[in-house]
Amino acid sequence: MIENKFDAIVVGAGPAGTSAALVMAQSGLNVALVERGDFPGSKNVMGGQIYSKSLNEIVPEFWKEAPLERVVAEKRFWFLSKDSKVSVAHKTPKFAQPPYNSCTVLRAKFDKWFVGKAIEKGAFYIPETLVEDVIRDNKGRIIGVKTGRAEGELYAPVVVAADGVNSLLSKAAGFHPELSPENVALAVKEIIAMPRNRIQDLFDLEGEQGCTIEIAGEITKGMVGVGFIYTNKTTLSVGVGCILSDWVNYKMSPYDLIEEMKNHPVVKPLLEGGQIREYLAHLIPEGGYNAMPLLVSDGFLVAGDAGMMVNGLHQEGSNLAMTSGKMAAETIIEAHKKGDFSARCLSLYKRKLDESYVIKDLKKYRNSYAYLEGNRQLLTTYPEIINNAATEFLTVDGVPKWEKQKKIFRSTLKKRNLWGLIKDAYSAWRAFG
Amino acid sequence: MKIVVCIKQVPDTTDVKIDPVTNTLVREGVPSIPNPYDMHALEMALQIKDKYGADVIAVSMGPPQAIDVLKKAVSLGADEAILLTDRVFAGADTWATSYALAGAIAKLNPDLVMCGKQAIDGDTAQVGPGIATRLGLTQLTYVVNFKNVDVEKKEIVVERKLEEGPETVAARLPALLTVLKEANEIRYASLPNLIKSVKLEPQVWDNKVLGLDPDLLGLKGSPTQVVKIFSPPLREGGKLISASEEEIVKIVDQLMPQIRSEASCAI
Repeated sequence: MIENKFDAIVVGAGPAGTSAALVMAQSGLNVALVERGDFPGSKNVMGGQIYSKSLNEIVPEFWKEAPLERVVAEKRFWFLSKDSKVSVAHKTPKFAQPPYNSCTVLRAKFDKWFVGKAIEKGAFYIPETLVEDVIRDNKGRIIGVKTGRAEGELYAPVVVAADGVNSLLSKAAGFHPELSPENVALAVKEIIAMPRNRIQDLFDLEGEQGCTIEIAGEITKGMVGVGFIYTNKTTLSVGVGCILSDWVNYKMSPYDLIEEMKNHPVVKPLLEGGQIREYLAHLIPEGGYNAMPLLVSDGFLVAGDAGMMVNGLHQEGSNLAMTSGKMAAETIIEAHKKGDFSARCLSLYKRKLDESYVIKDLKKYRNSYAYLEGNRQLLTTYPEIINNAATEFLTVDGVPKWEKQKKIFRSTLKKRNLWGLIKDAYSAWRAFG
Repeated sequence: MKIVVCIKQVPDTTDVKIDPVTNTLVREGVPSIPNPYDMHALEMALQIKDKYGADVIAVSMGPPQAIDVLKKAVSLGADEAILLTDRVFAGADTWATSYALAGAIAKLNPDLVMCGKQAIDGDTAQVGPGIATRLGLTQLTYVVNFKNVDVEKKEIVVERKLEEGPETVAARLPALLTVLKEANEIRYASLPNLIKSVKLEPQVWDNKVLGLDPDLLGLKGSPTQVVKIFSPPLREGGKLISASEEEIVKIVDQLMPQIRSEASCAI
């Protein structure tokens, strides 16, 4: 008789699921981690940053062993007009010292390592297996899952759905309605190979340090979204993501948009000579707090992307996933002590999330997307205004600076009137402040 | 009935590149997979097991990480797995490999030995026949189908795919089969077998278990020397000649002697 009973089942070996499995295994629970991909990370896509704080709480001093690409020592933000950029950057030694702030990673390598850590702690990893449905007892409580394999039932008093943005499992369990195009972003990304010393030179990097560049403005053509360039050891992660409904309404193809971005006069020189290694595309749950599904029921918890836990404005997702996975695990460990897996007992998970940055941040930005969708001038007119202003102000042409300022103000008002500017400032403060 | 399936771990050649400077395989970062032909041999063994009942034993010779191919075999339904691993086995060519495998198989005394037609890394197709010769097994190469296996009568009937066409042969057991890809579709592992494979601790046999002559094993026992490895030159497209029917006859007559002389030079 083959054992198919566990203390907990985690579905999906991404940051959320692996964190949950690792923490539970560490405390001695017999936990199954079920993944549909060929290997951990084979189905997983993200921009390419993991954040230290959340991972360090799960694997202390992870940087000593994890396959990291670069430590992000500098964060750059670009506002692009058609041919110009205004950039803001922050670099600090604090980011470059343990425990660091964030690191770039390639998921195929990182996820293999992370799942390896969970296995090391005793998690039972079941690869290449699609979980299709939950199994309920006669009282409707979830007591296991059904996989796509022959004799494919697994049983446990509690199941964690960490199966990503398009969570089949929470859909099957009736938690998750179909995602609406307003609540997800479609991101495309290329991994571009480039010799290490060329990356060092082009991006002005020291040693193992790296930088991230977030790009707003012209490149998204008014769609709500951002582009990015992250430096890895010998590759760059280059991509752009926009709200799915915008791709549809603007009739843009992701492939065309990323090509245009790569050919933008400011971006192009940074990519010259690079060779495309991979092309990836993925959905990002950007619905935020307002679109979050139910996260807890009898014998069932939802974590990470499956629970819409992404802070798109700050490019944070993997950290919310890891933290929610860890909190799900801590809740289940408690539940095992009490032998109670009811929604009431498991709602500890929701309380933990509410008290943490996860829900606090998602609440803070709950209206930000709707706001941006209603104020597209922020994405189009403003980058143009600030670029024009910069060009004007920095051009040395014998015009007195005082006159230049007046000229800038006049041309700004042509693009957006005073009332509009005040309104934008106020509503931006309301949405992001 | 006892069936031994030989499975080799190979680099995924869809990813393999040859370093143009050193003319050696670039193996760095190339994932390892079970040799695809061997998986079709395993599938045939499992189909024989499904039909007649059998113990299927997967055997692989290689470094400790070759356990992955044995796990794969167990996930699909192999009953046992044996890993032949020992420093003295390392660096073996087909001659020394077949010696080591034959030594292990002799201890198992199976009714059937199943191998893939060839491995996709070396492409020699010599190890299977080598084992058969060493153990005096009936050798059946290029098998695409089994029609009947009768252990009592010690007889097997298989279909072979040959250049001249299919051939159905009856042969005596014990026999060694080498199997083609078109033989079958590989099954999807059941969950209990998959769980069994995750937990698998294969039997590990080193030369203390086999007791073979170390001078005939591994690099020492390998007479093959690789003189040169190179990428074959890309084939150029043929020349197209368009002409009327009568002209073509003439052109062909003109060209044939030239083509013949070029061909004989190439040989």
